Amino acid sequence: MAEKILLKGNEAIAIAAIRCGCDGYFSYPITPQSEIMETLMDERPWETTGMVVLQAESEVASINMLYGGASCGKKVMTSSSSPGISLMCEGLSYLAGAELPCLVVNVVRGGPGLGSIQASQADYFQAVKGGGHGDYRLIVLAPSSVQEMYDCVDLSFELAFKYRNPAMILADGVIGQMMEKVELREEKRRLTDAEIATLYGSWATTGKPANRKGNVITSLAMDSEVHEKFNLKLLEKYRQINEHEVRFEKVACDDAEHLIVAYGSCARICEKAVELAREEGIKVGLLRPITLYPYPSKAIDEMTAQLKDILAVEMSAGQMVEDVRLAVNGKIPVAHFGRIGGIIPTPEEVVAALKNRIQ
Amino acid sequence: MDTKEIIKPENRVYGKSPVLTDVVMHYCPGCSHGVIHKLIAEVIEEMGIQEKTIGVSPVGCAVFAYNYLHIDWQQAAHGRAPAVATATKRLYPDKYVFTYQGDGDLAAIGTAETIHACNRGENIVIIFINNAIYGMTGGQMSPLTLEGQVTATTPLGRRADLNGYPLKITDLVAQLEGTCYVTRQSVQNAGAVRKAKKAIRKAFENSAGGKGTSFIEMVSSCNSGWKLTPVAANRWMEENLFPFYPIGDLKDK
Amino acid sequence: MAMKGAIVVDREKCKGCGVCVVNCPVQVIALTKEVNGKGYPMADMARPEACTGCANCATVCPDSVITVYRVKV
Repeated sequence: MAEKILLKGNEAIAIAAIRCGCDGYFSYPITPQSEIMETLMDERPWETTGMVVLQAESEVASINMLYGGASCGKKVMTSSSSPGISLMCEGLSYLAGAELPCLVVNVVRGGPGLGSIQASQADYFQAVKGGGHGDYRLIVLAPSSVQEMYDCVDLSFELAFKYRNPAMILADGVIGQMMEKVELREEKRRLTDAEIATLYGSWATTGKPANRKGNVITSLAMDSEVHEKFNLKLLEKYRQINEHEVRFEKVACDDAEHLIVAYGSCARICEKAVELAREEGIKVGLLRPITLYPYPSKAIDEMTAQLKDILAVEMSAGQMVEDVRLAVNGKIPVAHFGRIGGIIPTPEEVVAALKNRIQ
Repeated sequence: MDTKEIIKPENRVYGKSPVLTDVVMHYCPGCSHGVIHKLIAEVIEEMGIQEKTIGVSPVGCAVFAYNYLHIDWQQAAHGRAPAVATATKRLYPDKYVFTYQGDGDLAAIGTAETIHACNRGENIVIIFINNAIYGMTGGQMSPLTLEGQVTATTPLGRRADLNGYPLKITDLVAQLEGTCYVTRQSVQNAGAVRKAKKAIRKAFENSAGGKGTSFIEMVSSCNSGWKLTPVAANRWMEENLFPFYPIGDLKDK
Repeated sequence: MAMKGAIVVDREKCKGCGVCVVNCPVQVIALTKEVNGKGYPMADMARPEACTGCANCATVCPDSVITVYRVKV
């Protein structure tokens, strides 16, 4: 039987990184996710797997270290929280523009500005709509348990390399800080330099062998025609991602007349709210997006025939709700309920919001 | 003796390095960039490290450096080349990793990345082109613009009270424990070019030896930005930049 | 022993910057009156008989358009 250990969400990210063959982690401390780097420094993977762990001078430096590492075909990641991710947005745009695979973990805290250090989901727009400049998308995964924090690391790398695109784990302070039992998956070893040269030699800057031309990692295209073509290529990639990589979970949806849509720690609260509401005879279900980009728009749209309305619950002033509205395209009413400023809604509050909506 | 009799393959004593591509450089006539690119190519050729060298190009005039040398290149965001190179070198310790950056890229927007990469003693080579002006964007003031120097954004000359002082970043970098070799070179005449090439070679050798960061400032001309002919620009550089940015080694340990 | 040299200029790639002209210790090179396809005058051996093949011109050439040949005479 696989080993199970008790871990904080942030620790799970660190352990998963080592165990899935990550080559490098570059980061700058920020609450509430500093345990990720601290755990890595405690574990000293450079002595075992050879993984590089470096405390950078800023988030700006960290994300550009990812650019360097990813340019070489290595599995590299960073982690931060909201204000730090804002600093990384330029780098994310460059990474997406140069089609580089990497993983960025955002353990979201309240904003705008320095905000609060409490849990929040107010970085949804930044994560799924852009954040940096230009027409680009990140692959965004939203774990709702410590086990999922662990599993999302390997999955993110897998998707990032499959599509040569940066991936983000959008967690929050609750998932980052809470402890749960985690099943450790089978270890994957790091790829050797020779394996990387074979697998990614067509684009990665691993040193130019005599038998190929020099590889260039860049996002620059001075010719408008060339640049439009490149953007269309990116769009096609995003279309493929939307077609093949949507992940979500449905709870009590078969006979549901009302639907709650929530992700991350909010989804856990909403699962309890569904239970309480059903005890009162309200036929409500929960749809939990696991991928926020690509968004499970089709799955939500397919349910509109059986539904009277939808309530989007998030720890924000109303961000994901816009994607729910786009998904149903006016067919049924969509409302939002959220607490902000680092306050976590209770299941009872969600039930009350639901009843309020039904009446 | 007729010229035709001299021009034979067996008599060839100097020509273009095969590490240079055939792409015509986009630089203005007489620009120092071309000479410095050539020197890097020659050092890579002579050391036999073409397969092991990874270059990081900046934002600025040298953004297209990747078109001119037959090696693997990463084009970094403005100022971030030392961070990009840091990860590359740490993940591939047996490779030769160098950044190529101008004075805006390295000493304005990228100051933090420069200082910290040097302070960590990353085993990389930083080639720093100082022409005391922003060339690519049309000749605006850079941190290294001299007091009194006329640029597009200091039309009456740089004034310390308005624009601050010229930043001797190379002197600063030389103070850091992490740097092993810090030198100031130039390429305006054949003697200077030969010395500059030796410095580049030494820097590349240092990075293989794990001695720390090697930092080469190339005091360069930007004749378009300075609004001079190429030859007059080299003279202006000798008369004005050299007294403030003196040529020679600042550190060699 | 005396050295006799000669240079070959890649005329289409020369940008006529003239840096080679002032770096030639024996004033061999001059810029042409005619221009190349890009509109630049080109480096040219105006006094080939004086060339020693020292390669200073090619060493300072930013565009690597000069190849130098040398023989002992």
